[in-house]
Amino acid sequence: MSATAPAVPPASAGGTPPAPPPPGAPAGADTPRRRAQRRRRLVAALFLLPALLLLGALVVYPILFSIGRSLFDASGTRFVGADNYVEMFRDPSTLKAIRNTTIWVVITPAVLTGLGLILAVLTEKIRWATAFKLLMFMPMAISFLAAGIIFRITYEQDPERGVLNAVAVGVHDVFADRPAYPGARAREDAGETPVTKDADGSYGTAADLTPGSTVSLGIVGVPPKEVPADAEPAAPAPKAGDGVLAGTVHLDFVPGGGGEPGRIDSGERGLPGMTVQAVRDGKVVGETTTAADGSFRLTGLADGSYAVRLPASNFAEPYGGVSWLGPALVTPAIIAAYLWVWTGFAMVLIGAGLAAMPRDVLEAARMDGASEWQIFRSITVPLLAPVLTVVFVTQVINVMKVFDLVYIIAPGPVLQEANVLAVQMWLVSFGGGNNQGLGSAIGVLLLLLVVPAMIFNIRRFRRSQS
Amino acid sequence: MTSHDTVAKGTVTQPPAPAAADAGAGSSSGSPTRRSVASRLTRWLSRGVVQAFLAVIALIWLTPALGLFLSSLRTEEANSTSGWWTALTGPSQLSIDNYTALLENSGITQALWNTVLISVPTTVAVVVIAALAGYAFAWLEFPGRDWIFLLVVGLLVVPVQVGLLPVAEMFGALGLFGTIPGVVLFHVAYGLPFAIFLLRNYFAEIPREMLEAARMDGGGEWRIFTRLVLPVGRPAVASLAIFQFLWVWNDMLVALIFADSDAQPLTVALQSEMRQFGSNIEILAPGAFLSLTVPLLVFFAFQKHFVQGVMAGSVK
Repeated sequence: MSATAPAVPPASAGGTPPAPPPPGAPAGADTPRRRAQRRRRLVAALFLLPALLLLGALVVYPILFSIGRSLFDASGTRFVGADNYVEMFRDPSTLKAIRNTTIWVVITPAVLTGLGLILAVLTEKIRWATAFKLLMFMPMAISFLAAGIIFRITYEQDPERGVLNAVAVGVHDVFADRPAYPGARAREDAGETPVTKDADGSYGTAADLTPGSTVSLGIVGVPPKEVPADAEPAAPAPKAGDGVLAGTVHLDFVPGGGGEPGRIDSGERGLPGMTVQAVRDGKVVGETTTAADGSFRLTGLADGSYAVRLPASNFAEPYGGVSWLGPALVTPAIIAAYLWVWTGFAMVLIGAGLAAMPRDVLEAARMDGASEWQIFRSITVPLLAPVLTVVFVTQVINVMKVFDLVYIIAPGPVLQEANVLAVQMWLVSFGGGNNQGLGSAIGVLLLLLVVPAMIFNIRRFRRSQS
Repeated sequence: MTSHDTVAKGTVTQPPAPAAADAGAGSSSGSPTRRSVASRLTRWLSRGVVQAFLAVIALIWLTPALGLFLSSLRTEEANSTSGWWTALTGPSQLSIDNYTALLENSGITQALWNTVLISVPTTVAVVVIAALAGYAFAWLEFPGRDWIFLLVVGLLVVPVQVGLLPVAEMFGALGLFGTIPGVVLFHVAYGLPFAIFLLRNYFAEIPREMLEAARMDGGGEWRIFTRLVLPVGRPAVASLAIFQFLWVWNDMLVALIFADSDAQPLTVALQSEMRQFGSNIEILAPGAFLSLTVPLLVFFAFQKHFVQGVMAGSVK
């Protein structure tokens, strides 16, 4: 805790009253003493002058000015009383900003403090703690602009370019097959076995095929580069035996032109990996996938009439990942970026608190047979409460004022959806809104929101002085 | 992990004193040893889980930054057709062309220079003005001292948003709006409460006898300030300077409002690049990386001061 020491100076210094005059001082020394006192005050004034001048002119006066200005209309000519404050809760975009700032304040400091606590406790158990702390702390040094650009790149929607969606798609494809031919379709109007498209996007023949017959299904709408490299020239299926429906799924398109729709012409290739189903009375009774030349055999079918179907999953659009910066997820996504920046801060601060904790208390608890969880809950957390409070309060203040990250990460069209008070204040006063009355009111609201923190700081300071 | 080993050994070899006094010598020695083997095993296992978990966290933290770095080294087409991670297996796509192009872009180099012109004077001014005031609050006697200092403590958390409009108006009237001195003045004013707070508290810890002795020797206050207080307070001054420098170097909001296009720092130049052209990664990525190299260098060079500064600043 040595690092927070400056906030807690010893009581001996600082607010000590002036020393009483030495007991034996002659009364005649009064005039030079007073002159000396005047001189001391003059020196103090000179030391303080630049600071007080700047603070007065650029901080204190603007606060008063803003409060006054917030009671006037957009152009500043007409007194409108509390209208701007009422307007704040009526104007949809400011209301949205208030709502989002509330989400930020409720979620972020709590998550950040919790995460920092967990990581600080766990970091004590590893050998590479220093390297880990360094890595986690690094984002603190860089600007929110840089962090924002980093996360714009990370949240990129296209799974080919955005790493997060690349991972999302990868995980998704482990659990669900990738569609074989997105956007392709079967030829409905030609060939010996016409197919029709169902409402669900699948293609099926008429339900009049009996085991032993063969079909050929022509597919179009597959770009040449999407045809698998191992695709072989398509061939008509050989005669199928008992209980077997055989056939070929081919790309019904001859490069360079020619060929007859619905027929397997020379130069046309089979489409491997296509899922084919045998359907009887609306129920799937057999399923297979096509070979390299596009051929398939549905075996083990009882006598009866069947339809051959290419299910919609063959043609579905592939899973494109999550729209991180879409309207629904943009605020959580930006909060995650904020956590990336600030978790190291919480972790290191709490870690310093942990290091200063009395080890003998922990050892005594261990000897009494307390489990690690019991120790954590009943000793570590209560003893850390002051540090946790500081981290939490710091983050509440920070989060209320968050501007850069939101402004940079939210794409233009979604900015309104991700709006927070600090961004709205900027938009209203400078970024085109040009309503300085409302802008001042939002500024004053932000100031009011940090007043509890102000009181917390002042009380903490006074306590440290007494 | 010496501390944990000590704890484990302590449990085994030193049972609570009363128990040791009561029990016979040999009877209790067997079971603790066996328990320690078991507990060592579980500890070893749980440490493995902790290691793996923290390794995953480290990977998550590293990946986005690596993404920026690799993207900044790839061409425009490469970035628009494939992910940056393909460079991990095909390093041939990496080149420093983006950086050479960036350094030939006069707008960007001017912005980089502006960033220096804003952050260095701000840092110097904040440190000097706050050191003077901090000394006065800690060691000079004048009426209302404690109340004025409480006001400064109160100002610690004032959001810059409250100041933006009025100061913009004031600077407009004074001809400072849009200029580098305007940006610097605003930063200095809003950096002062924390700076004064930090330095006053640090200076207040200087032993009274040291100052009394210096005063006895007939040193004037200025002499005491420069010869005694500043040297003794160097660690705090260093922390403050680093922290203040980074804060201003990384700022976007203040400069976005107070700097015009000739005075804008790198952060503002990059964001306007972003607003105008959408996703031109070949400028944004190297630009962002350029803007974060200086803070990272400062961070690594002055780690200890940086951490202390951040911690002391946690009230802000």
